[in-house]
Amino acid sequence: METIILFAPLVGALICGFGWKFIGEKSATNTATGLLFLAAFLSWIVFLGHSGDEVRSIPILRWIDSGSMSVDWAIRLDTLTAVMLVVVTSVSALVHLYSQGYMAHDENWKKGESYKPRFFAYLSFFTFAMLMLVTADNLLQLFFGWEGVGVASYLLIGFYYRKPSANAAAMKAFIVNRVGDFGFMLGIFAVFVLVDSIQFDVIFDSAPDLAAQSVSFLWMNVNAAELIAVLLFIGAMGKSAQLFLHTWLPDAMEGPTPVSALIHAATMVTAGVFLVCRMSPVMEFAPGALTFITVIGATTAFFAATVGLVQNDIKRVIAYSTCSQLGYMFAAAGVGFYQAAMFHLFTHAAFKAMLFLGAGSVIHAMHHEQDMRNYGGLRHKIPTTFWAMIIGTLAITGVGIPLSYDLIGLPIGFAGFVSKDAIIEGVFAGGSGYAFWMLTIAALFTSFYSWRLIFMTFYGTPRGDAHAHEHAHESPRNMTTPLIVLAVGSILLGMVYYSGFVGKKSETFFGSSVFNYAAQAEHGADEGHGDAAAVEAAPAETTTAETADAHGEAADTADLAHLEGRPWVLHEYHYVPTWVKLAPFIAMLLGLGTAWLFYIRDTSLPRRLAEANPGLYQFLLNKWYFDEVYDVVFVRGAKALGRFLWKKGDGATIDGGINGLALGIIPFFTRIAGKVQSGYVFHYAFAMFVGLALLLTWALLGGLG
Amino acid sequence: MQNLLSLITFLPLIGAFVLMVFLRGEDEAANLNAKRLALFTTVATFALSIPLMLGFDPSNPDFQFVEENAWLGGLTYKMGVDGISVLFVMLTTFLMPLVIAASWGVEHRVKEYMIAFLALETLMIGVFCALDLILFYFFFEAGLIPMFLIIGIWGGKERIYASFKFFLYTLLGSLLMLVAMLAMYMDAQTTDIVALLRHDFGTETISLMGFQVVGGMQTMLWLAFFASFAVKMPMWPVHTWLPDAHVQAPTAGSVVLAAILLKMGGYGFLRFSLPMFPVASDLMANFVFTLSVIAIIYTSLVAMMQEDMKKLIAYSSVAHMGFVTMGIFAANQQGVDGAIFQMLSHGFISGALFLTVGVIYDRMHTRDIDAYGGLVIRMPAFALIFMLFTMGNVGLPGTSGFVGEFLTMSGAFQANTWVAFFAATGVILSAAYALWLYRRVVFGDLIKESLKQINDMTRNEKLIFAPLVVMTLLLGIYPALVLDVIGPSVEALLDNYELALAEAQTQLAEN
Repeated sequence: METIILFAPLVGALICGFGWKFIGEKSATNTATGLLFLAAFLSWIVFLGHSGDEVRSIPILRWIDSGSMSVDWAIRLDTLTAVMLVVVTSVSALVHLYSQGYMAHDENWKKGESYKPRFFAYLSFFTFAMLMLVTADNLLQLFFGWEGVGVASYLLIGFYYRKPSANAAAMKAFIVNRVGDFGFMLGIFAVFVLVDSIQFDVIFDSAPDLAAQSVSFLWMNVNAAELIAVLLFIGAMGKSAQLFLHTWLPDAMEGPTPVSALIHAATMVTAGVFLVCRMSPVMEFAPGALTFITVIGATTAFFAATVGLVQNDIKRVIAYSTCSQLGYMFAAAGVGFYQAAMFHLFTHAAFKAMLFLGAGSVIHAMHHEQDMRNYGGLRHKIPTTFWAMIIGTLAITGVGIPLSYDLIGLPIGFAGFVSKDAIIEGVFAGGSGYAFWMLTIAALFTSFYSWRLIFMTFYGTPRGDAHAHEHAHESPRNMTTPLIVLAVGSILLGMVYYSGFVGKKSETFFGSSVFNYAAQAEHGADEGHGDAAAVEAAPAETTTAETADAHGEAADTADLAHLEGRPWVLHEYHYVPTWVKLAPFIAMLLGLGTAWLFYIRDTSLPRRLAEANPGLYQFLLNKWYFDEVYDVVFVRGAKALGRFLWKKGDGATIDGGINGLALGIIPFFTRIAGKVQSGYVFHYAFAMFVGLALLLTWALLGGLG
Repeated sequence: MQNLLSLITFLPLIGAFVLMVFLRGEDEAANLNAKRLALFTTVATFALSIPLMLGFDPSNPDFQFVEENAWLGGLTYKMGVDGISVLFVMLTTFLMPLVIAASWGVEHRVKEYMIAFLALETLMIGVFCALDLILFYFFFEAGLIPMFLIIGIWGGKERIYASFKFFLYTLLGSLLMLVAMLAMYMDAQTTDIVALLRHDFGTETISLMGFQVVGGMQTMLWLAFFASFAVKMPMWPVHTWLPDAHVQAPTAGSVVLAAILLKMGGYGFLRFSLPMFPVASDLMANFVFTLSVIAIIYTSLVAMMQEDMKKLIAYSSVAHMGFVTMGIFAANQQGVDGAIFQMLSHGFISGALFLTVGVIYDRMHTRDIDAYGGLVIRMPAFALIFMLFTMGNVGLPGTSGFVGEFLTMSGAFQANTWVAFFAATGVILSAAYALWLYRRVVFGDLIKESLKQINDMTRNEKLIFAPLVVMTLLLGIYPALVLDVIGPSVEALLDNYELALAEAQTQLAEN
């Protein structure tokens, strides 16, 4: 069944890519969509039938065998994989369906040009690569999927290949991601050198040894676990658009909007988070790297939220929002709260995909206008979209009943409320005050820019092209259906899966797929205690026992003292002070209030504020000038260096200097040769042949004799 | 089949001979006959090489299909293949029919053209099969002549300059190798490569013109061979002949040059430098690493700025060969496996890339990147194929280009993390130059008047690409096809290498 899930999208991609000429556009795209729904259906069966302890390995084919490096194509099925299967196939299936409507008419193409099958082929291929990524049972297959989704993303961002901006954005996405891959690959090499395998099971088993080992890397002598963790995280930073490697994600909005929903919101960009969670058995032994992850994540969450405040392109606002939300997930993972990171990944996939698809529906209605300054008053024109967007916004801003968990044992609220608050409480419990404040402020900004988007788009008076407003119309059924499905998810997913992901059942739910060093220590320490932790711990004992056993021996002898004393966040986050629990809610209200004040009450306020602080406004509007700096330093720098090496290095120095001798001879020959017919070249060649023969003869008779 | 190797090696030459003697006339019918005969010969050669592959026992690291005969003047004619060389023979016989088919449009001196390519095939196969020093040298050097002719007669405007540059560069390097071979003969009293592989060349420090040469005779010999192989690879800084040669060579010449001739340097390192001069190789490893890393970064940056498509691909070849030398001198299983894999994979990918340039050159008669743009609109099939090989060139997992890069870097990381670190930047740079080329040629709107009527690839052109597409993907997904064959031989090579190094260590300690 897992194999069918994995390969169904590939079959769909091939049918759309090559088969459409034989069976027609319509049936090809329908087949691909159908196959995706099949995969999604099967994924839910796998997910619901999966029990936490189970780790299955399904071999497919040998891949690379070189000495002790032995890598297979294989499926690893554990809870992390099962969660990702559901996320990827469900969103992908809905996006396929949505695209049937969204891509039906596209003014970017001339009459008679066939673009739909190509689009669906890319979408399906992307899904296949993403599934390869999440089902990998070794780092290299994960890297295959990693690069595969990168290519699909490249092709889809550059889908409108006539547009120079789309082509530039596509290239940028690929190359910036490669910077991350650079770290990722070095991480894989380091793992192989240290563990002599890149199989997950083997790596996980030797994680305690890694922590006790130091290794020389470049000029440094570093802890092996830290090195691996940091290098792999650099890969994750690229794919998940974290600070310094984030610049490609906003530009990626050049792609058609369904692509933004699927790839640049719900699935591909979360691959980095998945990677960190997948590697939790190693990450847990690298406290330094974890701190780094939290800091980068929290800073990204804050940074992206500030930029999101002032953007006017509807898709860019959501793009920066995605970047920011990914920061939340990393911040959680960095304090060892992988469960919350995965939970937020799960809920975020639903509400962010919906926000994008909703934005797509708006754009569709407004004839491809993306500037929110030209929107306004659309709520009556496109009511379904409006309500879906409202639900998405309630979810992302975190609307719910604060403290409801303490009252009734279950948080009541939209999906984002449940998962985001868990993260904010988690980083506080994890001891990162920095992350807590960054994320709380980011929550305020999130609320502001999300409501700003809603108010500018759906409220007020219509602005911009009157014709476009007049003809604004609700999208067809195949576009609104996915919106409704995702809206339901945005409401319910948080509450339904709370206890599984981060509540009482968390340990049985994740089983051995997520490892917490602190949990293992705690289980050892408070045996027999009657408090809540022990109650929770009892069923979990069996699940972590296996890991603990495997690790036990090595950990005993190794010097792992530096790992002690970190809180077990999954347990501790329930016991943070009440003001911490209330903080994100208050932040949300403040954001909402300000947005209302700025965009409903007194619409001249934003302009006045921007005029009063031109420096800050420009700084934010220009995204902290990352693109400008990178362009000067890297792009132009590399070009100048390339030109210099070519003209001065190859031209002047090598051809001119070192080979002065040869160059002295060549023109001489050339002069002779230039005077004669090219037929004489044969004679030269013959002469050379004779010369060679003579040389050999001389060598044999004279030299050897 | 006792003489299978000789048969494979000389069948193309027989074909050339038939062409030379029996084919008369310069009219179209004669030209067509020449093409057909050449195609038939290369296909037959490939067909003959299939039993070679089937009969080859991969688990046996020794030389197989060995033939030994006395030759003129007391020389020995000895041929054989092991896991390292057999796939290069296959690569050659596999690519030659495609090369001939891609030359169907040649109209100028067709007969001579085909003769040159057939003779070249014999000489190239000979290089990979020769088990005698002198025989190897003969094939190795004689191969220059047909290539020289191909560039010099059927090349572009600057062909004479390019062909002489090519010839002199490679010949000058080789003369040192010849001297070294004579020295080897005097030391070991044999030219049999199998025997030489078992011979221990001296490693005691010698004093030469006031210099202390550490590693002694081995170092001297190593350097002499290096002079020749480094030019052939080509390694930085002796690479500047390659872009000129590629630009001037006809499409088929570029394909052979990139896909096969460049592999002779790497093969030479594996057949001679590493196993025969292990101590020197170990001493020189850092030197080679430095040059390799410079090649990867330097030529990638230079490639980015090229305005001529062929030059860009040529520079990218130099960068890719940097991975090969790096992997070889990492001297571990992953490094050497990766190097061989990279060479084979580069054979398919760079060959295909030069063919794609040929496709549009045939239509527009320019290689200027600026002369193109928006080809995808008129040439979707071309765009797809070009995309696949661009991704192969970038080293995308799932294509053969990835496996070689990954393994060589993995091997280098074990030897020296700095090397792997710098080499891995090539991963970023290759994406930059390859995608930029693709974007400028294929993407964008089609606005140039000259391109408005350009036609997509014909059925025949697609057929030429089909085998290359299959190989690039097949080896990317199931590289065991190659790794299983080369593994045992590489392992044996490295075992001997380690053993020799250990012996040298103990000797050093005793003294």
